[in-house]
Amino acid sequence: MIAELGLAALWLCAALAVLQLIGGALAQRRDTASGLAAMVRPAAMLQGLLAGLAFACLLWVFAVTDLSVKLVATNSHSLKPMLFKLSGAWGNHEGSMLLWVTVMALAGGLIAMVEKRLPEKTMQATLAAQGFVAIGFYAFLLISSNPFERLAVAAVEGQGLNPLLQDAGLAFHPPTLYFGYVGLSVAFSFAVGALLTRNVTPEFARVMRPWVLGAWVFLTLGITAGSYWAYYELGWGGWWFWDPVENASLMPWLAATALLHSVSVLAARDALRTWTIMLGVVAFSMSMLGTFLVRSGLLTSVHAFAVDPERGTFILFLLAIYIGGALLLFGLRAGHVREGERFQLTSREGALVFNNVMLSAILGIVLLGTLYPLLTEAFDVRVSVGPPYFNPVGAIFTIPMLLVMAVGPLLRWRRDSIERIKLPIAIVTSIIVSVAVLAALMGDIAVLPLLGLCVAIGLAVASFLPLRGRNLLRVPIATWGMVLAHFGIAVALFGMASDSAFTKERLAALQLGEEVTVGDWRVTLDGVDPVAGPNWTAMEAQVSAWRGSGAPILLLPQSRNFWAPPMQTSESALATQWDGQLYAVIGNRTEDGRWQLRVWWKPFVTFIWYGGLLIALGGALAAIGRVMADLKRRSVRARANSRRTERRAKGFA
Amino acid sequence: MSGLKAKHQRLVLIVIALVAILGAGLLAAWALRNQANYFYLPDQLVEAPPAPGQPVRLGGMVAQGSIRTLSDGVTVSFVVTDQEAARVPVQFSGILPDLFVEGSGVVAEGSLNRDGVFIADNLLAKHDENYVPRELQEISQHQAARMAEETTVGLE
Repeated sequence: MIAELGLAALWLCAALAVLQLIGGALAQRRDTASGLAAMVRPAAMLQGLLAGLAFACLLWVFAVTDLSVKLVATNSHSLKPMLFKLSGAWGNHEGSMLLWVTVMALAGGLIAMVEKRLPEKTMQATLAAQGFVAIGFYAFLLISSNPFERLAVAAVEGQGLNPLLQDAGLAFHPPTLYFGYVGLSVAFSFAVGALLTRNVTPEFARVMRPWVLGAWVFLTLGITAGSYWAYYELGWGGWWFWDPVENASLMPWLAATALLHSVSVLAARDALRTWTIMLGVVAFSMSMLGTFLVRSGLLTSVHAFAVDPERGTFILFLLAIYIGGALLLFGLRAGHVREGERFQLTSREGALVFNNVMLSAILGIVLLGTLYPLLTEAFDVRVSVGPPYFNPVGAIFTIPMLLVMAVGPLLRWRRDSIERIKLPIAIVTSIIVSVAVLAALMGDIAVLPLLGLCVAIGLAVASFLPLRGRNLLRVPIATWGMVLAHFGIAVALFGMASDSAFTKERLAALQLGEEVTVGDWRVTLDGVDPVAGPNWTAMEAQVSAWRGSGAPILLLPQSRNFWAPPMQTSESALATQWDGQLYAVIGNRTEDGRWQLRVWWKPFVTFIWYGGLLIALGGALAAIGRVMADLKRRSVRARANSRRTERRAKGFA
Repeated sequence: MSGLKAKHQRLVLIVIALVAILGAGLLAAWALRNQANYFYLPDQLVEAPPAPGQPVRLGGMVAQGSIRTLSDGVTVSFVVTDQEAARVPVQFSGILPDLFVEGSGVVAEGSLNRDGVFIADNLLAKHDENYVPRELQEISQHQAARMAEETTVGLE
């Protein structure tokens, strides 16, 4: 019953999305608002409500493990802990697509409810675009992947969920990314709306900005969490594999980062109008492509869990319609967007343009590298593209971008001279050079980590320079956001460089009680015992680690065997110190009774994820600062208006 | 005058952006062409070996009876083959993937050393019974077809 309710709600949502599209389109044709046009906002709100209901229904059937629903029977298990039953609702293809449209419908409902700043026509066009995108996803869900499908005969027991996915961190990872993707879909709709109604203004940029910022924050969090998950769950000691699924989340992030900066230029200076619209289209295309890559199974991936080529074809079709349509519209209308304000190359705008171009170049490099194996496959050549391509080629554009990022925020809008910021440039340069010399003296470090280390330290200092000589209490929240986010980039970069430059690794087969050293740590294997969990059994090693004369730290790495479905995984054990992490994995037992133990000492590796969190925090602060400033501006304007009417009333009296 | 200048700036920006992005594209294309040599089958590796130390991927089957654990307990040596003449000796130090057995498919990441032994830094084997590295899917089908052919030869 609940499942049917959810399905009915979905059909209604699809109908409302059609209404939204038609109403919004009609509103563009006529000068007077027609009856249908007035329905656009209520339709969007109702659609949000109903999609929320449909998703609640799905959560419900998973919570009670209703085994007559096919999706529950194939993905859940009555013995699973409640948290994983619920996260199982979106841990599969159908459920995750439903989550996608639900978040999108909720976002559409929210803008329909609160956004009153833009001309009504632009809003209606925006909501029509939102409806148009939603229709495709509803069709996809209802035609090819109905999450509420019943089985003719209820299953006796569920088939379980991939044990790699039974992890609290992962339960919240896909939703985070989806929030990001969907935020970009809203930005896309705004871009289409503005393009259709020829209304590309700073006001439009201000309306779009919180959505871009929000999407960017969620994407940052999603990527950070995903990287940490891969780091401790896969047990390989790496944190980024340039895997297609990882790239699928990185590409929208790169596009969103560029969009975020160009939208700021548009909002503050009314420049880069066409470019911002273009980036809006590109950013959403990248999130669609990301969904496509993850869901289609077209590419090899260590994270390939739910794959189905047929559905991939459907998404590819949607992708072609939306991206092709948006690019066509862009091509037809971009010429009508008037040129914005001009600026000199040495200016804040100039630096941001540089940032945008570099980000686009990196995006292109990642995109080509990710799709290249697909292209060569068409000519029957098997190719894998890995770190030897991505790292050096990406760095060629990343390093100049980071260097400009260090001084860009110090430049003034419109026109400035290098002469004026000579001192900060000298400071940053001398820091970078001295770190490079120090690190080169310290020993044998590869080129890329070395560059990473010195740029990171220079950037960390530079990111605080915009606060120089200002009253810290009066610096706007959004500026603090920028400072923190840029500092976060430096922190993350430092972690990455330090991990690849200084990691110590030790792999050994140990008797019980035997000791090995890794870096300045002494590690002993004390014992190995069998343990059991709710749906797995494991061999658990007790490993003690000392550093200097400190107290021993106990690490408990496991080699787990799940039974539904049968599968073996290694659970790494981590000991976090302020200056790095000790990482231990237990392997197999050798024939002579020793145990394989692999231990890494990774100095400052945690900075990668601290950096990610700082970036997200910076983004959140910027979003809050902007929204608060907007609210304030609105209330000031309202007060001024009311005072004016009051005065006028008095004057007339 | 100012109109001309405005157009001029727009044009300059577009040209700069295009040049940078095209540059990135060309650079990527060039780097990717070099990467075309990244994935090797055993017979390709034997015929035209990459330079020692150059990182490549080697995909094939683990030969029957070839897995040996060396005395340090963590280094494994085995032979990757395409079930034909080509056999590549491989050494791997690390914890073996769970479903790494003789006769199964494997993709080894690493490089050749000067003695012609492939030193693997990483082995991508099947994660679970449903997962086969994509590079291997076709090989096994291909192989299965050939083996089927061989077993039916002479039966007609």
